[in-house]
Amino acid sequence: MRHIISVLLENEPGALSRVVGLFSQRNYNIDSLTVAPTEDQSLSRLTVTTSGDDARIEQITKHLNKLVDVVKLVDLTEGAHIERELMLIKVKASGAQRAEIARTVDIFRGQIVDLTATVFTIQLTGAGEKLDAFIAALGESVVLEVARTGVSGIARGDKTLAL
Amino acid sequence: MEQLSGGEALIRALHDEGVEFLFGYPGGAVLHIYDALFQQDKVEHILVRHEQAATHAADGYARATGKPGVVLVTSGPGATNAITGIATAYMDSIPMVVISGQVESRMIGSDAFQETDMVGVSRPIVKHSFMVQSAADIPAVVKKAFHIASTGRPGPVVIDVPKDATDPKLKIDYEYPQDIKLRSYQVPSKGHSGQIKKAVEVLLGAKRPMIYTGGGVIQGEGCEELTQLTRTLGYPITNTLMGLGAYPSTDKQFLGMLGMHGTYEANMAMHHCDVLLAVGARFDDRVTNSDTSKFCPDATILHVDIDPAAISKTVTADVPIVGPVQSVLREMLDQLDKSDQSVDDQALKAWWKQIDQWREKKCLAVAPAEGGIIKPQQAVQALYELSEGDAFISSDVGQHQMFAAQHYGFDKPRRWINSGGLGTMGFGFPAAMGVQLAFPDALSVCVTGEGSFMMNQQEFATCMQYGLPIKIVCLNNEALGMVKQWQDMQYGGRHSHSTYSESLPDFIKLAEAYGHVGVRIERADELHSKMKEALAMKDKLVFIDVLVDPTEHVYPMAIKGGAMKDMVLSKTERT
Ligand SMILES: Cc1ncc(C[n+]2csc(CCOP(=O)(O)OP(=O)(O)O)c2C)c(N)n1
Ligand SMILES: [Mg+2]
Repeated sequence: MRHIISVLLENEPGALSRVVGLFSQRNYNIDSLTVAPTEDQSLSRLTVTTSGDDARIEQITKHLNKLVDVVKLVDLTEGAHIERELMLIKVKASGAQRAEIARTVDIFRGQIVDLTATVFTIQLTGAGEKLDAFIAALGESVVLEVARTGVSGIARGDKTLAL
Repeated sequence: MEQLSGGEALIRALHDEGVEFLFGYPGGAVLHIYDALFQQDKVEHILVRHEQAATHAADGYARATGKPGVVLVTSGPGATNAITGIATAYMDSIPMVVISGQVESRMIGSDAFQETDMVGVSRPIVKHSFMVQSAADIPAVVKKAFHIASTGRPGPVVIDVPKDATDPKLKIDYEYPQDIKLRSYQVPSKGHSGQIKKAVEVLLGAKRPMIYTGGGVIQGEGCEELTQLTRTLGYPITNTLMGLGAYPSTDKQFLGMLGMHGTYEANMAMHHCDVLLAVGARFDDRVTNSDTSKFCPDATILHVDIDPAAISKTVTADVPIVGPVQSVLREMLDQLDKSDQSVDDQALKAWWKQIDQWREKKCLAVAPAEGGIIKPQQAVQALYELSEGDAFISSDVGQHQMFAAQHYGFDKPRRWINSGGLGTMGFGFPAAMGVQLAFPDALSVCVTGEGSFMMNQQEFATCMQYGLPIKIVCLNNEALGMVKQWQDMQYGGRHSHSTYSESLPDFIKLAEAYGHVGVRIERADELHSKMKEALAMKDKLVFIDVLVDPTEHVYPMAIKGGAMKDMVLSKTERT
């Protein structure tokens, strides 16, 4: 099963490489990874999506917790949560295609953030599946370049991942 | 406040941490530190002859004393030479602090002379690592490093120190922190009482109980509690290779070591038990055999360990207890005391009867060889008798290691010093140096093979320099015996690159070349007398070259892919 694990990490040099190294060292896979500073200067928040059966996910979270740089973590998929990813995508857009693509962008609530005579650059946010669906709707033949941030997530309701 | 340079602060911090010995080897990036060392007499530096030996010596010191071993190496090749020893300590959860020099901060990343990314290279084999940013960091980093290395599940910690941080011209205000708080590093102080209660209930309900303990009981100082618990219950107990000495081997409840080369009775009792109490052990593949689905098929498994990740990693625990073994075992004893349930005496009696039948097999018995040839087991037995079972025995890796584990009875913890997890040849001799430094009056013996010994033989020189009267018992079978055994058993006897009898050195002359004593023992009838003479040379290092039967195999041996009950018992017999 797919899991989204969010980690509060000491904002120290080398901390990120310890997390990434752990995954390769123990043969866990990383489907996506995002990391950025939080409102607290001393902490980064890292979100990793991975997959495996319950025993494997338990080992992953235990080993992550053992890393001295990991302050706290949560497996968001254990409860209700919100998951988002941002995508910037460049597509071929000329002639009659342009209106068609613009309509698709509207349907998916994306935005055209840049354009030339032959290319649109589109921004789209949502869960991973929505981004996949958008690419499928456009058709692979028009896609020139895709830049996705990877999944970020947060629990629903009052629950927080904080110190 | 005192004004110290980074180099001085580093050495002073080690002293403030209670460090007696620093095992090291100098080089460009650590010259400032070596100069600071020269100008003090609080921390004693031991100059090894190879950085790998520094780590193993520190490791041996740590295993024998329980205190962290400390290492100082230079950048680049000094640091990479230390890697094998760090990995060895990591696999066996040994507290160690390794200080490596690094090129100046402004040069990092430029492929400078002797630059290696030590934090990166060592990352998968350390508990944690630090890159010192400036001299002012040093006291707190040292404090944190020792705290992390020696608490919880212990392990090696690397401190990488750029040369400019130790510059003698730059002084800092030195103060060693009293204690340190790390918000992201907490160690459990006790186990979950509810779980402990449950475990005690299951234990008391057992008909065929078994206690299986590992190195964690020794690291966690839980041996007394374990012994008391085992005796109170009257249950059989086995120790892993790493856990030997946690329970007195001469006690009748002890079934010997378990696992790949464990005793018949220990492995049979494991396989047939209905309740298994595992303490400070990690169900490693050398214990469970490769297929864990066949492991202890009838057992309810109770697992006590300080490391949550060790629980249900390879074998699922029915009652997991995360906590320090000492405190958990004490609480188990308490709860046992209070419980109105009692041991099922009748079932236990039947179980012991069964175990005694298994014991009848006498799986470790050796028939003397003909023609005066010495069996390697006999050499270990002679050593056991002559040292009255009271020596510190370090070992290397191979047949000799297994013979030592099987035939030297350890009645006390921290006496058996061996590389169990990584299986590092070359570990034993330097480890024995660390032991001898920690206990100058004790008998520190290294039971080794000629192959392993040659991996760190340069340490003869270190022993001469510091007057370390180690006794080396080399079970010389003129071969990489364990490799050869596997080739005999699985590769049709094709000894691919496992023999070298025509090119072995004269170990007696080799020892003498370094100013030590060499004794060769060739015949069974001179084994006792010559070994006695050798051991009697109290203030000398003696290399005892025992020529042993090169055809001997280690048995019992687990059958790959089988259950624990599946063993080869001799060249002609299997279960
Ligand atoms: C550094 C290292 N290299 C290779 C091995 C693989 N290995 C395990 S046992 C062994 C043979 C050891 O020979 P020796 O020290 O003479 O011991 P013996 O088995 O003959 O008693 C080898 C090569 C190892 N454990 N460590
Ligand atoms: Mg040999």
